[in-house]
This record gives sequence, structure tokens and C-alpha cells, in this order.
Amino acid sequence: MTNKQILARLGQIVLVLLGISFITFALVMLAPGDVVRQMIAGNEDIIVSQAEIDALRKELGLDKPFFFQYLDWLGRALQGNLGFSFMAKKPVVEELLERLPGTIVLSVASLALMMVFSIPLGIYSAVKRGGWVDNLVRGFTFLGVSMPGFWVGLMLLWIFGLKLDLFPIVGGEVSLENLILPSVTLAIAMTSKYTRQVRTAILEELHQDYVVGARARGMTESHILWKEVLPNAMLPLITLLGLSLGNLLGGAAVIEMVFQWPGLGRLAIEAITYRDFQLVQGVVVWIALMYMVINLLVDLSYNYLDPRLRKAR
Amino acid sequence: METLVNGFKTNRAFAVTSLLVLLLLAIALAAPVLAPFDPTHAEMKDAFLEPGMSHLFGTDKLGRDCFSRVLYGARASLSGVLFLVCSVFVVGTTMGVLSGYFGGKVDVVIMRISDMMISFPGMILAIAVAGIMGGSLVNAVIALTIVSWTKYARLARSLVLKVKRRDFVEAAIVNGGTPTHILWTHILPNILPMMVITAAADIGALMMELAGLSFLGFGSQPPAPEWGLMLNEGRQQLQTAPWLMFFPGLAIFITVMVFNLWGDNLRDVLDPRNDAE
Repeated sequence: MTNKQILARLGQIVLVLLGISFITFALVMLAPGDVVRQMIAGNEDIIVSQAEIDALRKELGLDKPFFFQYLDWLGRALQGNLGFSFMAKKPVVEELLERLPGTIVLSVASLALMMVFSIPLGIYSAVKRGGWVDNLVRGFTFLGVSMPGFWVGLMLLWIFGLKLDLFPIVGGEVSLENLILPSVTLAIAMTSKYTRQVRTAILEELHQDYVVGARARGMTESHILWKEVLPNAMLPLITLLGLSLGNLLGGAAVIEMVFQWPGLGRLAIEAITYRDFQLVQGVVVWIALMYMVINLLVDLSYNYLDPRLRKAR
Repeated sequence: METLVNGFKTNRAFAVTSLLVLLLLAIALAAPVLAPFDPTHAEMKDAFLEPGMSHLFGTDKLGRDCFSRVLYGARASLSGVLFLVCSVFVVGTTMGVLSGYFGGKVDVVIMRISDMMISFPGMILAIAVAGIMGGSLVNAVIALTIVSWTKYARLARSLVLKVKRRDFVEAAIVNGGTPTHILWTHILPNILPMMVITAAADIGALMMELAGLSFLGFGSQPPAPEWGLMLNEGRQQLQTAPWLMFFPGLAIFITVMVFNLWGDNLRDVLDPRNDAE
């Protein structure tokens, strides 16, 4: 990517963030129920006087027209203040930073697990296409992509947590023994998907002319596979990997809920359940930002990984 | 339609998986006949019975029969996902066709919105939308439509752009055909097969997402028998009654698998160019 393209992408990120924050803001406004009443009473049925509600509404600037409220929020957000979470009883930014390590640890662990299995399996089943390993791999990966992750998670929890008593079932904090089951759960679905992708990518490369040429020149199969085919096949997979990492950072929410893992996804769900809208807004914008920055970094990495782009620079 | 009938005759895998899909639909429709108990009838003295002869899949904390609930769940889950697929399909295709056919400002606006939607994780927005609007099956469908339509819009747009350059469309324009006429008789029939293949292949994935929202409490609400919601209820009794999470999950798994297989085979039948390896 040239500098101009990078600038354009950064501009796009800013635009998307504005759009996303505006949409969530508008949704919150449309939400049923009174936010202020909720803030005072939480989820309990306490009688709150109208005067109290009006006072707080004014203090929070919620009596202004919608668009001005959004501008208020935006102005504060640009100064690094995403508001106050009444669920966590601390500033939204603080809560987000607290949950970040959990999400990163879980995402990286499940991606690592996935790569350890899917790359060798994908390569092997492509090379020995039609063999029994290939058929077995294809069968299992098909089952893997059809299984709902939260069900797999519950089953693992039941078998390894309750029946065999190998892992804690309550979770709650970032630790190695709490990490294993959720990362395995996430890795099962991803491994199934990636093994197929690796297999297809390798098969595609194996049919290219340069492979035929290399064979004709008498190069060994292993040389062709490791030195020629693999580097070419891995390049497109990096984009997918970036997308997956981004999705994991935000989309592992359901699995985080199953295992009570303290990550951003679970924070988003809790915030919504408690109708803590400042926090909801903060989490959504934060996750969107991380996702886009990761994808930008992945695209930038192409500059170094793809020799054609390296020369063009 | 003819190709479908032909495919049914010549492609055995397609025939078998189509029958399986029909079987699932039949189970959903016949749930009142097949189910031995009323799925919402609570019988407190029968709470937490293990799977056995009288209750094949056991009972839950209110003594409701899990087998009947799984059968009735097929209705909620299948109708939910069909509703979702249709809604994503219609919204996405309409946007894509408008964008591709009219171009100009319409195209720019629709494509910019779609760029925005794909540039961040959809599930988290779906959770936010469904959660903020309040949990219900309809809201969950709306939320997932909002985050999923872009894929169809992009595909429809690129297909329309391809078809638009073909001679018969040019001829229709020269002959004075109105845009509506050209869209309906020349463009739509040519892009629909590819759109349908994509939609069919997506049923399984959308089903899991919808069940996921219900599992989180942002979809169907109790006491409705819906698989995702049942898994949520089963999760709370993981220790005492694991069968409550096992069977609904198995039902989702089997259904998703059947639809995934069917989608693959439908592609082979409708799109012979794309030979399955």
C-alpha cells in the first residue's frame, strides 16, 4: 500500500467509527424504558420521584435535542472520556482496558491452537488428496463447521469440568486452567474452517503451471511443496487470519458467556442486559476500532510479505 | 425449476439431502401430532426426570417434556431461520440490484453504507441491536438482517453489472423497454440462481447466529420452545440435568448439518460450471 492508500484507509476508519457510534447512539435513544430511571434504580423496583429524575436528566444533558447529545458524547469521546459505567461503577475507558487482556489472551490462544492443527492437516490432506486421512479430515471438518460453538462449549464444560473434574467450571478470571476449555471451543470451529481453506489453497497452487514446470525440471516433490507452493498458498490465508482475529476480539461473546470469561464480548452482553448504555456505546466503538486497525495492519503486512509489492514500493 | 427436478433425478446426493430437508420441515409441521406432551405444560411433580421411556429426552425444572419441546422447537427455529434468510435475501438483493442497475448516487450511498457494515464484526452489532431493542425473535431477525444484508448486496450488484453489459439487455433498452420491465424480465432471472445458491448455503450459519442470540437471551423469550433458548435454560442446570442442553444442541447441530449438505448439493445442481472437486 502506498502512503496515500494508508491515509485513505485511516480516513475510512474515522468515518466508520462516526457512523457506528451514531447508530448505537440512535438505537439507545429508541430503546424502550427510561435510561435515567434505570440509572437510579438499577434493575430493582424502587420508587423514584419525578424531580429526582429531571435533575439527573439535566445533569447528564439528556434534556437536550438528540443531535446535540450526540455531539456532546463525541466531544468527550475525542478527549478520551467515554462516560461512566454505572454497572461497573467506574469510567467506561477503565473498564474497557481492564477487560482487554482477557480478550487478547483468549483470541491469541485459540488462533495458535487453530494454526497448530489446521495448517499441517490442510497440507497433508491436500497432498494426499482422496486418501483416508483426507476423507477423515473432510468429514470431521464438515461436522466441525456445523456445530454451534456454545453447544460445544457446554458439552466440554459438562464432560471435562463436571464428569472428569479436570477444569474449573466457574471461570471468572484470566488463568491457564480457565483458558483451556474456551480456547479449545473456539479453536474447534476455526480449525474446521481453516483446514478446508488451507487444503483448497494448496490444491489450487498445485494445479498451477509453475508446479508442472518444476516437476518437469526434475525438482523433488518436497522441494516444490515447501519452497514453491507453501509460500504462495499462505499469503491469502493471512487476510483470513486477520479477519478471524478481529472477529474473535468481538465475536467470541457467546463463548465468553458460556465460560464466564472476563473479556470484551461478555462485557458487551452484560452492559446490554443491565441497560448500561454508556458502556454499550463504548464497547461497540472500541471493538470496531480494534477490528479495523487489525485489518489495516494485516494489509500493511502484505507490503513485506509479498515480494511483488516490495519491489513496487 | 426444471434444473431442480432434473437434479433431483440425476444427482443422488441432492435427492437424499432434499428429502432430509423435507423431513425436517415435516417434523416441524407435524409437531402437534408427534409430540407426546404439551411443550409448555408444567407438571411440577415431574421436574428433572432423566431421559427414559415416558420422557424420551427427560424433563426440565418445570416438568415440561424435553422431547416435545425439541419437536416444537423445530417450528420456532426453522420458521425463524427461514424468515431471517428471506429477509436478508430480499433486503440485500434489492439494495444490490438498485445499486448496480441505477449506479450514480444511489450506488455510492448504498455501497458506502455496505463498506461501513463489513468493516467491523457483525455479531457484536447484532447483539447490541437485538439487546437494546429488547429480546424477541423479530428483533433478533432484524438485528441479523442489518448486519448480514451487505454480502448479498455486493453479490447482486456485481452480478447486475455483469448482466447489464450483455447484448440482450442492450437490445431491450434500444427497443424502449422501461427500467421496471428490464429489471424484472431480463436482469432478475439471470441473477437469481446465484443469489439462491448463496442464500441456501448460508441457512446453516444464519441458524447458528439466530440460535446464538436466543442463547444469550436476545431472541425468543420463555416459555417459547426454541432450541437456542432451551440451551440457555439447560446451561443453568448443567450439573443436575445435562440432557436439557444436550438434546436442543444436537437438534441445532443436525439441522445445520442437513442444511449445509443441502446447500452444497444445490450449488452443484444449479451451477454445473462450478464442478465440485
